[in-house]
Amino acid sequence: MSAPHTQRRSGRYSVFAIAREAMRLHSGWGRAWASPEPRSRYQVVIVGAGGHGLATAYYLGKNFGITDVAVIEKGWLGGGNTGRNTTIIRSNYLQDPSAAIYDKALKLYETLSQDLNYNVMFSPRGLIMLAQTEHEKRGYLRTVNANLLQGVATRWVEPAELGRLVPIMNLAGPRYPVLGGLYQERGGTARHDAVAWGYARACSDMGMHIIQNCEVTGVETAGGRVRAVNTAKGRIECDKLAMVVAGHSSVLAGMAGFRLPIESIALQALVSEPIKPCLDVVVMANTVHGYLSQSDKGEMVIGGGTDGFVNYTQRGSWHHVEETVRALIETFPMLSRLKMLRQWGGIVDMTGDRSPILSRTPVEGIFVNCGWGTGGFKAIPGSGWAMAELVAKGTPGPLAAPFGLERFAEGRFIDESVAAGVAH
Amino acid sequence: MLTLTCPYCGVAAEETELAPGGEAHLTRHGPGSSDTDFEGYLFARQNPRGVLFERWRHAYGCGKWFLAARDSVTLQVFGAYPAQTTAPPDDLVAAIRAARPGWQPPAAVSAHPDGRTGDDYALNPTPARDTLA
Repeated sequence: MSAPHTQRRSGRYSVFAIAREAMRLHSGWGRAWASPEPRSRYQVVIVGAGGHGLATAYYLGKNFGITDVAVIEKGWLGGGNTGRNTTIIRSNYLQDPSAAIYDKALKLYETLSQDLNYNVMFSPRGLIMLAQTEHEKRGYLRTVNANLLQGVATRWVEPAELGRLVPIMNLAGPRYPVLGGLYQERGGTARHDAVAWGYARACSDMGMHIIQNCEVTGVETAGGRVRAVNTAKGRIECDKLAMVVAGHSSVLAGMAGFRLPIESIALQALVSEPIKPCLDVVVMANTVHGYLSQSDKGEMVIGGGTDGFVNYTQRGSWHHVEETVRALIETFPMLSRLKMLRQWGGIVDMTGDRSPILSRTPVEGIFVNCGWGTGGFKAIPGSGWAMAELVAKGTPGPLAAPFGLERFAEGRFIDESVAAGVAH
Repeated sequence: MLTLTCPYCGVAAEETELAPGGEAHLTRHGPGSSDTDFEGYLFARQNPRGVLFERWRHAYGCGKWFLAARDSVTLQVFGAYPAQTTAPPDDLVAAIRAARPGWQPPAAVSAHPDGRTGDDYALNPTPARDTLA
């Protein structure tokens, strides 16, 4: 049996490949990506093989021709928040810098399957954010107007239309009557694992190294510059180091000797038994801390609330599940008849203004991409695109520039807490 | 469910009875401090994976703020103590050291501008509970 790094790789996926493999009992499929042993030096080392890290690597290669890249991962590829989110994609943000980077991500998602030659199952089924208080209604009407100016197509829908779009919804309350909704028809979902897998395969095709089960144990600096990372598989030198590790950003930053304005908390989700199709849009109900979509398998995918305290357990507190479900079944009474199959948590990295950080750091050559909080999945392609430019040039491009660490010292926040305080 | 014993009223309070208040023992920087210090006070956090000290309020109980030491990975609680201090009590630090060999208190906790330790503050114990006439 050959070593993993010499195993045969798969070629281009196509209808002809499927037909060819069908003729030979599917014996010819190769590995989607290689699993090499790390070299002692790379131009760029990216820590974290989740969606954001792999997308950063991909656009480094595609847009800037930098392929001397290693993506190192503590666990398995896409096993962190990339595999734990509720797969929602939208770009209806209030602030201009947010709308720019999330809409870039949405536009890249629209053609990502073709771009990567990997089906990420992007499904622009539409997304509705329910207004269930007068305050929320005013907030979303403001967002609709902001989106209009940003060139992001969203619109306000009245309850009558919402009833037609989401027949399973109880509009009348009594605690939380539905007063309308913010509707982004281009929003939707995608297969979260496939996004990581597709990027990994494309990176591997460009000759980049993806090294799993390789925890970073230390960051070596000299004269205020990054030299190397120490890992479970030895010391790896690098010119540039990108930290793209979401909930563990503070831990990694601590190894390099600086602190981040980040707190890591647990965010939960749960999924029901599969049922017949009954919901063909994504519905977010921020007042009741719940959001809902139906997967292609028929499961109702429900996102819940966050703990209010630092928590690295990947579980979260039980009472948040109760709160989420209790509130959701008022708006979606049919949910009360469903059994829940699974519940899980992810560690999300929250910033004070609920906006991400794409930035240089006090250590030269180290860049961070973190702080996506409860809503990073939707941003993956845009985040990777902007981060690649930052790493390649050493200075941020127009997408990343507003998200620098210096915004906290300057008091120049990108406040998305209204739009994204809980459900994101 | 996370359970903390309120050091004021002695009630073993469940998480739903408490309001989290973020990292404890922050050195307060205000007017006259440098921009870096002020930014650090407002935003930079230890956010440790492991032992952490944090503020809690017994919101649906006696209503008072207190501090607690907890492990952010296992949710093990090492103890809670009154908020009128700039450092955790020495016996709590010793208990954490015994449970987590090799653990070092974070710099912001071990180094105080005035050089006092938790024991000095023990001389100023829990204030008497306010009595409402």
